[in-house]
Amino acid sequence: MQECRIAARKLACRRGDRLLFSALSLDLTSGDALHVAGANGIGKSSLLRILAGLLRPYAGDVSHNGVIGLIDERAALDPHLPLGAALAFWQRIDHPSITAIAQLGLSDLLDVPVRFLSTGQRKRASLARLIGQAAPIWLLDEPLNGLDTNAARLTEELAAQHCKNGGICVIASHQTFALGGMKRLNLADFMV
Amino acid sequence: MIRVFTALLSRDLGLLLLGGRRGGTVLPLLFFLSVAMLFPFAIGPDAPLLAQTGGGVIWVAALLAAILPLDRLIEPDLELGFFDQWALRGVSEEWTVAIRILAHWLSFGPPLMLAAIPAAALLGLSGEKLRLVELGLLAGTPGLAALGVTVAALTAGLRGGAALSGLLVIPLAVPLLIFGAGSLASGGESGLALTGAVSLVLLAVGPFAAGAAVRAARG
Repeated sequence: MQECRIAARKLACRRGDRLLFSALSLDLTSGDALHVAGANGIGKSSLLRILAGLLRPYAGDVSHNGVIGLIDERAALDPHLPLGAALAFWQRIDHPSITAIAQLGLSDLLDVPVRFLSTGQRKRASLARLIGQAAPIWLLDEPLNGLDTNAARLTEELAAQHCKNGGICVIASHQTFALGGMKRLNLADFMV
Repeated sequence: MIRVFTALLSRDLGLLLLGGRRGGTVLPLLFFLSVAMLFPFAIGPDAPLLAQTGGGVIWVAALLAAILPLDRLIEPDLELGFFDQWALRGVSEEWTVAIRILAHWLSFGPPLMLAAIPAAALLGLSGEKLRLVELGLLAGTPGLAALGVTVAALTAGLRGGAALSGLLVIPLAVPLLIFGAGSLASGGESGLALTGAVSLVLLAVGPFAAGAAVRAARG
């Protein structure tokens, strides 16, 4: 995997009238993993969206080198389509050759419409979409939500594998996420 | 880029065309035809009057029919996270909404032009009038599609967005209506040319306005 990097300088985030955090800087390069921790509503998701370039920071700037992949609570899969067809849409846009459907245990679900999938199954489907994107920088927002123990373990392994291959993982979660050598960023330290 | 374009267009068409999940085609079409059918009942069997006003009725019905699918054009994809994922892949909002405009037009423009034929028969329009109506719709519906997608993007995520988008489209579509229906009265090419001109302006502005609106709605 190519060298990748994501850096943020003196970020501040404002939602409505509230300043969620400020003076937050980070610098991650190939192989790094970062756990963004904090209570609900503290701004973990907002930080990830700012890093992804989907939300404009109130102050500061973000620079990155390498494509960003994001997983959040929205799977971006058409609810009425069978899972196979919904994932095929992203495969056509990303890399038709890369697929993690079998690895994630989704092979039996390909004919099931996405709206009938459970939260955990949908999460695994988003993971399949993310792997198919082959992006070096992974931003995972609550990746373990709704996953059973096995799937959670698998997600941790996938993230570890990704970092070993020279990717970057930023994980926002209030749960523990087992990943060797992971740095920790406590958002509460940057509260105003 | 071509691969992304075809993937997006085929998804959009699958959603919007006949039988698609957000199938905007059938309902607006039936709505359009029922207005054309109701009008003679309301006016009475006065053939000259019907023939005189019928062209205008078709235009009003077409405009109202174009409002029906607005709430399904942008908002669902915003909620499902599609626009976020496209943005991460470097597909700009301007591109995605431009493709959406094309798909939206294909799903309601040509069907409406087809339905105008039975509607013209119901209203007793002459062949010459029908020709003008068809040409006017051909010139006007692309602009109407661009306007529809733009307004759908502007109202996406707002409470009562569906009703609001209807209210917003109507005044903005007035120029199209004036020139489109006006070409029937004057019987000339100038009305058609002006309809086409308004359409082109809307098509040129639409993707940028709608793209900016989608970015703002993402918040």
